[in-house]
Amino acid sequence: MKKTIKECLNERILIIDGAMGTMIQRYKLEEKDFRGERFEDWHKDVKGNNDLLSITQPQIIEAIHKEYLKAGADIIETNTFSSTSIAQADYDMQSLAYELNVAAAKCARNAIDKFLAETNSKSEKFIAGAIGPLNKTLSLSPDVNNPGFRTVTFDEVANAYYEQIRGLVDGGVDLLLIETIFDTLNAKAAIYAIKKYFRNTKKQELPIMISGTITDASGRTLSGQTLEAFYISVSHANPLSVGLNCALGAKEMRPYIEELSEIAGCYTSAYPNAGLPNAFGEYDEQPEETAHIIEEWAKEGFVNIVGGCCGTTPDHIKHIAEQVKKFKARELPVLEEA
Amino acid sequence: MTENKIIKPFLRLSGLEPLVVRPETNFVNIGERTNVTGSKKFARLVREGNYEEALSVARQQVENGAQILDVNMDDALLDGEKAMTTFLNLLQAEPDIAKIPIMIDSSKFNIIEAGLKCVQGKCIVNSISLKEGEEKFLDQAFICKSFGASVIVMAFDENGQADTKQRKVEICKRAYDILTTVAGYEPQDIIFDPNIFAIATGIEEHNNYGVDFIEATREIKKLMPLTKVSGGVSNVSFSFRGNEAVREAMHSVFLYHAIKAGMDMGIVNAGQLQIYEQIDPVLKELCEDVILNRSEDGTDKLLAFADTVKAKNKAIVKDEAWRNEPVEKRLSHSLVNGITDFIDGDTEEARLKYPKPLDVIEGPLMDGMNIVGDLFGSGKMFLPQVVKSARVMKKSVNYLFPFIEAEKEKTKQANIKAGILNIEGAGPAKILMATVKGDVHDIGKNIVGVVLGCNGYEVIDMGVMVPTEKILQAARDNKVAMIGLSGLITPSLDEMVHVAKEMKRQNFDIPLMIGGATTSRLHTAVRIAPEFDNGVVHVLDASRSVTVAGSLLNKETKPAFLSAIKAEYDKLKKDFGNKRSAKTLLPFEKAQQNKPVINWESFNPVQPTFTGTKVFEDYDLNEIYKYIDWQPFFIAWEMHGKFPQILNDEKIGEAATKLYNEAQIFLKKIIKEKWLTAKGVIGFWEANASNDDTVQVKTKSGKNINLEFLRQQMAKAPGQPNISLADFIKPESDFIGAFAVSIHGIETHIERFNKELDDYSKIMLQALADRLAEGFAELLHEKTRKEFWGYATDEHLSSEELIAEKYLGIRPAPGYPACPDHTEKYKLFELLNATQNAGIILTESLAMYPASSVCGWYFAHPESKYFGVGKIAKDQVEDYAKRKNMPVEEIERWLRPQLDYDA
Repeated sequence: MKKTIKECLNERILIIDGAMGTMIQRYKLEEKDFRGERFEDWHKDVKGNNDLLSITQPQIIEAIHKEYLKAGADIIETNTFSSTSIAQADYDMQSLAYELNVAAAKCARNAIDKFLAETNSKSEKFIAGAIGPLNKTLSLSPDVNNPGFRTVTFDEVANAYYEQIRGLVDGGVDLLLIETIFDTLNAKAAIYAIKKYFRNTKKQELPIMISGTITDASGRTLSGQTLEAFYISVSHANPLSVGLNCALGAKEMRPYIEELSEIAGCYTSAYPNAGLPNAFGEYDEQPEETAHIIEEWAKEGFVNIVGGCCGTTPDHIKHIAEQVKKFKARELPVLEEA
Repeated sequence: MTENKIIKPFLRLSGLEPLVVRPETNFVNIGERTNVTGSKKFARLVREGNYEEALSVARQQVENGAQILDVNMDDALLDGEKAMTTFLNLLQAEPDIAKIPIMIDSSKFNIIEAGLKCVQGKCIVNSISLKEGEEKFLDQAFICKSFGASVIVMAFDENGQADTKQRKVEICKRAYDILTTVAGYEPQDIIFDPNIFAIATGIEEHNNYGVDFIEATREIKKLMPLTKVSGGVSNVSFSFRGNEAVREAMHSVFLYHAIKAGMDMGIVNAGQLQIYEQIDPVLKELCEDVILNRSEDGTDKLLAFADTVKAKNKAIVKDEAWRNEPVEKRLSHSLVNGITDFIDGDTEEARLKYPKPLDVIEGPLMDGMNIVGDLFGSGKMFLPQVVKSARVMKKSVNYLFPFIEAEKEKTKQANIKAGILNIEGAGPAKILMATVKGDVHDIGKNIVGVVLGCNGYEVIDMGVMVPTEKILQAARDNKVAMIGLSGLITPSLDEMVHVAKEMKRQNFDIPLMIGGATTSRLHTAVRIAPEFDNGVVHVLDASRSVTVAGSLLNKETKPAFLSAIKAEYDKLKKDFGNKRSAKTLLPFEKAQQNKPVINWESFNPVQPTFTGTKVFEDYDLNEIYKYIDWQPFFIAWEMHGKFPQILNDEKIGEAATKLYNEAQIFLKKIIKEKWLTAKGVIGFWEANASNDDTVQVKTKSGKNINLEFLRQQMAKAPGQPNISLADFIKPESDFIGAFAVSIHGIETHIERFNKELDDYSKIMLQALADRLAEGFAELLHEKTRKEFWGYATDEHLSSEELIAEKYLGIRPAPGYPACPDHTEKYKLFELLNATQNAGIILTESLAMYPASSVCGWYFAHPESKYFGVGKIAKDQVEDYAKRKNMPVEEIERWLRPQLDYDA
């Protein structure tokens, strides 16, 4: 009998994988690669639609997942950051949203199956269905002269997420990960959609991971919330974990992950970028540098799940995994009842 | 981590900022003016679509101390859903309002739902009830929960609104059971409204309504201790409409008793509440009679009294007694009651009475504020009233200011003489004051600030709720001499520990002063002082702060003062673990031994098509253009985002597209009119790794040049090597390359733009020249790989092999992470003769001129990769200095950011 994710989290710090986009870039794919055979004649350019690769180049996505598994990731994220009808509208591919999610979940599952078979391993590996923030926001107006204006409604966002969730669950993910949250209201729409989906289908609800984004040294999300306000705003999801990812490197993220470890009643996660982008817009923080900072978090007992976001590679994950394995995971706080 | 943290079951709400209702939280004020049913003004503004003014009503509520904002759009003439959506969407763009949580108030559930869809924070829904049965109640509860909202449950069931204690408690308990067992609510997310009804109406059945509410509250809190109780307070005095004096007194008395029974929050016009202690004793007695229903003729007596009050002007009633008191009493009365009418006159009177203007502050004003503090602490005053008191205080201090300034100048001159200010004429020492994150307590800090200001220091007041990062940033920006932290509530203690930790982590060397009601010498000694080594001192009160600041900022007294404090604190502190981070650097020798293992036997270096240099005089800019990476161009313009997605970015897409288009036009003009010239040189030479970290280059003239590299010295995970660039060159018969490129001709155009005051074109030109230089470097690297060196003639492999192929060769630059020593640029320039061949001059600090220049080494080995050397230890620096035949101190100067030690 395989252990559940909670059992694993009680034993050790789990490792979540690193950047998918950074790895895809290395393949230097061209328009024709993105299109594959099926979309040879698509009426819009699709280069840059990384999520489409789950359908047109599944072997690449699988290979990247496998690299992260090899590097020591316990949790791999599906290639579905933008697999919603709203985000796919940029490529006029909104009708593919459901299929993209199923396909991406399968890529992840295949990668795990092959990895376990090849390494003759029985270890627990989990697939987190990645639910991204969308390119449209519910709390912010795109028009500075009209602050009350919104390009999208709560219902539209919730419906788009609902379809994504349906695809992820049908594709066989183990967890649902709402990530890179810069507008908490979008995340609340995703939580709303998750709760609705499991209520409607009467299926067993999958564990929810939530990961917000503190955009800069102001210590707030893009939509203006402080970390604690953000945490309070999403805690009704009854999440498995709450954490932070993206925008900051590990060095800059430290004060916030420390604060979160104090206030969170659930497990905490953190997967920072590989430092801040340099003058060339590249991430050049070395794997061991990232790993040393995260090692300190582990030592201080701040975290239960760690990994990497933009600019991180299997090498980063490998170093992080090596460094944190000697430390005990953060203990869950006791929730006082009365 | 032996003992687990405990998370308490508090009601937690949020706007942009959190609101945690703790047991010690005084009564929570819910702003009531943004309610179309309660405020005619607000209703009119919304109906007229004047949302800007409507927002200012909300802002006023926040400024007056509302901690939650009640929003209600139930008006027959309004499209409630639309009004709610519009107002809440607009409100999100006002951080000073949106910081507090929203209470979405409607009797129509569709309006509530519309509101919930607009707010990112955790709201309260006001309200749901069992009025239409359990099924409907549950449906609505589920919906509220899926938005994460807390709910107000009205004591209302199928049989109507509950009026007696027993019915109120029964209905609330029934709702509680359903919510906690079926709907999955946490008890602390349930707020009951057990109905406040009007009393003293003349109808006998109404007489006990006050008691019913208060007693029901007591019982509810006993049965369900984690739940909260709220209510609309103004209902209770409904029968005294038009008589504000009596109404305010009734509200005050009612709240006093209801809060004691457990009422947690209420919808009130808090700014207008009278202070319980200050109510006319006769009126107070009469109010208590009716509210507690303890006298049969209470209503009649109160009515009779109300008539007498009504006849007089309210202000005059209040006036008489206290205006005849001595000036100290009058000041204190004004402070406690928030009255500004007489403050200037009274302050002047006190100023003439006391020897120094400062004595007025430290004497009667502080005494008055102490009373305010006590009343606030014991729950007899509320935050908005305290804010008003502070306003009176500020007004008085403001009046005294010019007199204090004159006094201050005198003191300052004396201080300069006494040597307390160490730099003559450089202005006073700056002290930064802030109330820590999560705390709104301002007064103590303001007083300390005023007092310090009076003693010749320049005080920079950051205000309240200041996050650590902001405090430290401001401290750096203003070069302050000391930081003072203040806090009133208990969690502020942890926040102060955090600030201390961060000051240490960020290497601050200025002292930290701790003050505020909740702080103590012991806590400072045990928890804060150990976290920061450069001085942490607790100050008991404002007057003490002057001595402390004086001792800390005087160079001569500081060491003795600090060591005395330290001794004192060490004594106070028992054995408290002080963690030190372990050194993570390896001895240099060990790092060298841990170099990457490369199988040289199977590696056959590719012979470049030539050795020596090749010069490119005037490379075709049209060719280079194709290699431009646009992302850094946008970063140069402080527009952050990925290219080309940035062009469609919701926020900056339009501006980015405009910039991009203009850049294209500009660039075409540059190319067409030949403003700029691209010059470059590349070279290849035989080379071998002659030592662990040395690469020997053989030039055509037969001269050998040794390139010296640095090696990572960090302790690595098992199996991870410590890398040096020298590792990528074979010990014998290998090759190395180098390049230098530059864009020339920018100066005359810059000069022209300067004359025309055209900064835009100037920056554009500079940014584009940089991009062209980088593009040129990229182009030559590709040509080198495929052609000139030719070790990767077929680069267009597809799929997985590409990953490995991508690493075929790097072009690291001296001064950058893999080889951080800039001085190696001399050798690169010598090998390439770059000054002559590419027209690049090295400045004495080894910057390249023209500014749009790039240089670097070429490594071809498939395992070569970019990395950062990171921190290095003295042993490596000494070895490196020896190899380079340079004094250790000079090497240390060039490598300062790399050093893991103080030099």
